[in-house]
Amino acid sequence: MKALLLRDLRLAFRSGGGFGLGLAFFFLLSVLVPLGVGPEGGTLARIAPGILWVGALLACLLSLDRIFALDHEDGSLDLLATAPIPLEAVVALKALAHWIVTGLPLTLIAPGLAIFLNLPPAGYPWLILSLLLGTPALSIIGAFGAALTVGLRRGGLLLSLLVLPLYVPTLIFGGEVVRRGAEDMALGTPLALLAAISLGATALLPFAAASALRVNLR
Amino acid sequence: MSIWEYANPKKFMQTSAWALPWAVGLTVILLIVGLVWGFFFTPDDYKQGSTVKIIYLHVPSAMMAINAWVMMLVTSLIWIVRRHHVSALAAKAAAPVGLTFTLIALVTGALWGQPMWGTWWAWDPRLTSFLILTLFYFGYIALWAAIEDPDTAADLTSILCLVGSVFALLSRYAVNFWNQGLHQGASLSLDKEENVSDVFWVPLLVCIAGFVLLFVTMVLLRTRTEIRSRRLKALLARERVA
Repeated sequence: MKALLLRDLRLAFRSGGGFGLGLAFFFLLSVLVPLGVGPEGGTLARIAPGILWVGALLACLLSLDRIFALDHEDGSLDLLATAPIPLEAVVALKALAHWIVTGLPLTLIAPGLAIFLNLPPAGYPWLILSLLLGTPALSIIGAFGAALTVGLRRGGLLLSLLVLPLYVPTLIFGGEVVRRGAEDMALGTPLALLAAISLGATALLPFAAASALRVNLR
Repeated sequence: MSIWEYANPKKFMQTSAWALPWAVGLTVILLIVGLVWGFFFTPDDYKQGSTVKIIYLHVPSAMMAINAWVMMLVTSLIWIVRRHHVSALAAKAAAPVGLTFTLIALVTGALWGQPMWGTWWAWDPRLTSFLILTLFYFGYIALWAAIEDPDTAADLTSILCLVGSVFALLSRYAVNFWNQGLHQGASLSLDKEENVSDVFWVPLLVCIAGFVLLFVTMVLLRTRTEIRSRRLKALLARERVA
């Protein structure tokens, strides 16, 4: 299992692996929004939590189809399906690798980009914490969407359409945590619910994704 | 005699052929009675004037938009557990009907909201969750359309329907976080003190019954079409082999 995780990470970090695409997108969005909206600090501070969360979500979305598509093309997914580790674990590991490659770096650079967006200082710890708690849900939900569409030739658009409504609760709670954090309001409830979504998705969705993969590999 | 007999396509076709004319007739009668009654023979609301009459389209279609998804959820479960093809085909047949009801509810809601709230659209919890439901319908239908092998498509869409239902519910309660919104609360409940007056309630009930039957009729029709097209494909395949 460790070998599989390391293999996925190595593939992602090598050239052509798509690492950095999401980060670059996130960076561009955070720079372009102030240019489009205008430099007025109050406006930026108000939309910063939402923009940062939407940016992280879209950056995650960009690399989702790579989770299974490449392995499906060269046949290694069939080998993984017949390997002695359960397919559910393969899904969970691949989602974990996706998170390490996209979710974690996004979380780490988000505070830097929040400076561009004039996020109030009180919001920073909550921005990091909410992304840390929320991006695993994005990865695992995305892995489920990728498993559904893995057999399709042009699954990219369909994947986005399927995954976007599934991302709604995560986005709402994540944005809400940062917004309340920035305004110094109580944020225990959305934070707990965000964590609940992440944990619930991590516990249950690998089974759904694995059964979808089994259907696709039939 | 059990309900599973109807999983046999032949039996389903026989029964639905018998039931269809009745369903069509009743739908037409109920819809005409309900809508004509609602539109022409109910008083104007004292605050909303005649715009209140949109309720006879808005409420039934919104109810059926949700009920259609629940029906798809049940038939998807039946397909996953017992692998009855009619069940999967019924889910496939119900999706565009449900989507249409969702769109009708959104459009009539916008038409109603414009004079009453002064806006076509507000990010109100109910409106938002209906928009998300629309997205789910689109995704579900697109997934059916994208996959060639019918059994694979049925399996994958069923899984999507199950997971989607959970997330649709989550979204429904997540959007409550913003505010209570403009949309009024439930006013048709059987156990509440404050409900709409009987003058509106009775024709609305007729309309709701009409929409339920309309849904049943359309799903029966579309399922029959699906079964026929399956049979046609099988015939063509057999001819090619022979």
